[in-house]
Amino acid sequence: MTPILQIRDLQVSYYTDLGRATALNRVNLDLNAGEKLGLVGESGSGKSTMALAMMRMIKAPGRIESGSVTVGGVDLISLNDEEMRLARLSRIAYIPQGAMNSLNPVMRIGAQMVDAIKAHVPNMSQADMTEQCMQALESVDLKRNVFQMYAHELSGGMKQRVCIAIGILLKPQVIIADEPTSALDVVTQRQVMETIDRVQKEMGTAVILIGHDMGLMAQFVDKVAVMYAGRLTEVSTVRDMFSKPMHPYAQALIKSLPNLSNKGVFQGIAGLAPSLLRIPNGCAFHPRCPQAMDVCKTTIPDVKEYEGNRLVACHLYTEGA
Amino acid sequence: MANLLEFRNVTKTYTRGYFSEAGTTALADFSMTLKEDEPTIMTVAGESGSGKTTLAMLLLGFIDPTKGEILYKGKNINKLRGEDRLNYRREVQAVFQDPFAVFNPFYTVDHLLTVPIEKFKLAKSKADARNKMEEALSSVGLRPEDILGRFPHQLSGGQRQRINVARALLLKPKVLVADEPVSMVDASLRANILESLRSLHRDHGVSIIYITHDLTTAYHVANSIVVLYKGGVMEAGDIDNVIQKPQHPYTRLLIDSIPWPDVDRRWGSDGMMVKESETTDKGGKGCRFAARCPHVKDSCLHTPPPLYRVAQTQVASCVLYDNNPVLPATQLTDVLPV
Repeated sequence: MTPILQIRDLQVSYYTDLGRATALNRVNLDLNAGEKLGLVGESGSGKSTMALAMMRMIKAPGRIESGSVTVGGVDLISLNDEEMRLARLSRIAYIPQGAMNSLNPVMRIGAQMVDAIKAHVPNMSQADMTEQCMQALESVDLKRNVFQMYAHELSGGMKQRVCIAIGILLKPQVIIADEPTSALDVVTQRQVMETIDRVQKEMGTAVILIGHDMGLMAQFVDKVAVMYAGRLTEVSTVRDMFSKPMHPYAQALIKSLPNLSNKGVFQGIAGLAPSLLRIPNGCAFHPRCPQAMDVCKTTIPDVKEYEGNRLVACHLYTEGA
Repeated sequence: MANLLEFRNVTKTYTRGYFSEAGTTALADFSMTLKEDEPTIMTVAGESGSGKTTLAMLLLGFIDPTKGEILYKGKNINKLRGEDRLNYRREVQAVFQDPFAVFNPFYTVDHLLTVPIEKFKLAKSKADARNKMEEALSSVGLRPEDILGRFPHQLSGGQRQRINVARALLLKPKVLVADEPVSMVDASLRANILESLRSLHRDHGVSIIYITHDLTTAYHVANSIVVLYKGGVMEAGDIDNVIQKPQHPYTRLLIDSIPWPDVDRRWGSDGMMVKESETTDKGGKGCRFAARCPHVKDSCLHTPPPLYRVAQTQVASCVLYDNNPVLPATQLTDVLPV
């Protein structure tokens, strides 16, 4: 089976007054239809940049330097602007962080949804458009009368589900959700995640969930990709990631999680995430790594495949053997 | 034993103008006491709109209660004047949710620390002030030379939040209100901030009121917990009891919804359906949770259930436990261990 999403050598830089910041450095990633991938990392590790790059929505001073993003056999990076506009939402949809605040307060929910369809399928009849919107609303557990409402009449969780409904309107092959529940409390968060889960299963869409809540990842995704300073450090299935993480950064991340059995033990990750303008030589994690070796200070580790389809970029597993 | 802080039947109702008949009750008949010589960490938990932040605002004196009174060292905080008021302002401190919004971007972060030193005349000289600042920063795990003289945008969210804790520490408070202090901080930095809070309690004897909807972190730092829903106490008690053996259906729902970082503990394994929070509010006279409760009975819709003492250090406001003795709302503190 060819993966529905293939990212190859994707590189994104921001040109700032202080120099070039490489926010995404030669990232490779495959995702099959119906798979759910979690993208985790600290603030500034490049998670959101990756989402924006896939949507080709990187704004100046940022630039996609190289690479390809292939969705269902079409390379998005080589499309012209008009083709890309049509590909957004119909091939690949993006639910941005705080999406619920992106609804227009002076337009009815329905009008905003119809707008999205009009931009892609201009010759559909008004009645069909309305029907399609209503079906999308129903599929995210909202009543049909939400179509007539304004954003202020909905709660945070409902607004977030409206945004998911807009995301799935044109049945895209890939949905990227950037921290879809970060402003919601646990109960609403669970409702929203269960909605995404159900819609995803019905449509067989691939989902990329971006966030730093490992608990949410454990509940929701099939695979976890850990980012650090613009690179992927480890991609594993969720079970492998939580039971035996390989990369030291992933290990530290898993260890820092609170759970019920280790009450009162806090283990943060020492040190701070590096600035993208001053990424350390060699492996970017080596100044914070408890198992750093000499080679880590000079050579950037390559991503290698290990048992169980795991991808890890660390010298520990190549040098020692 | 002297009471440091006392809530006496505090109710806060937000009304909409003079003509709207029903307001929103954000906190209903809440009583609680903090003892001066027994510092504790108490969690106030609940979802958005449950009245958590209203409780913090009342405690800090930013808003006045509609009914009841809040006493600090035996005096009503809304009637404090002069030196008493200054003392109260110094001894009750807060750390807020958003570490980005509390800094003024035009000043270096020193400003946040020097203002309270001047205001409360904590230092005899400039050198003394500097020492105090460095000491406070060191005790939350920051290197003063990395922090002082920098602007807020040069620091990370975690560093900023720890400066807020340091500022609170500087004033040697008796009570610290922490309103979602880690919800906007990266997971890897949460541990550091929670550890700072705990050492504040352990080493400096500060009572902390930790307001959150995240029961995992609450479980790790707190001694006791009060679960609020729509302004009413649903369940309260020892945190180990409440988290491990939740009795009230609402607490069970909350705990069941925690995304545990454990692949084998999936959502919904307890089989309780998540009901829509936006379902209609049935009257509002009875149990606040009735509209969402799977065990709802007719009696729930008429009178709000009192607090039933389900264990030595646990109460639940639910008719499922009506064979247990009733604990008057004013004695809530009895079941909160320190």
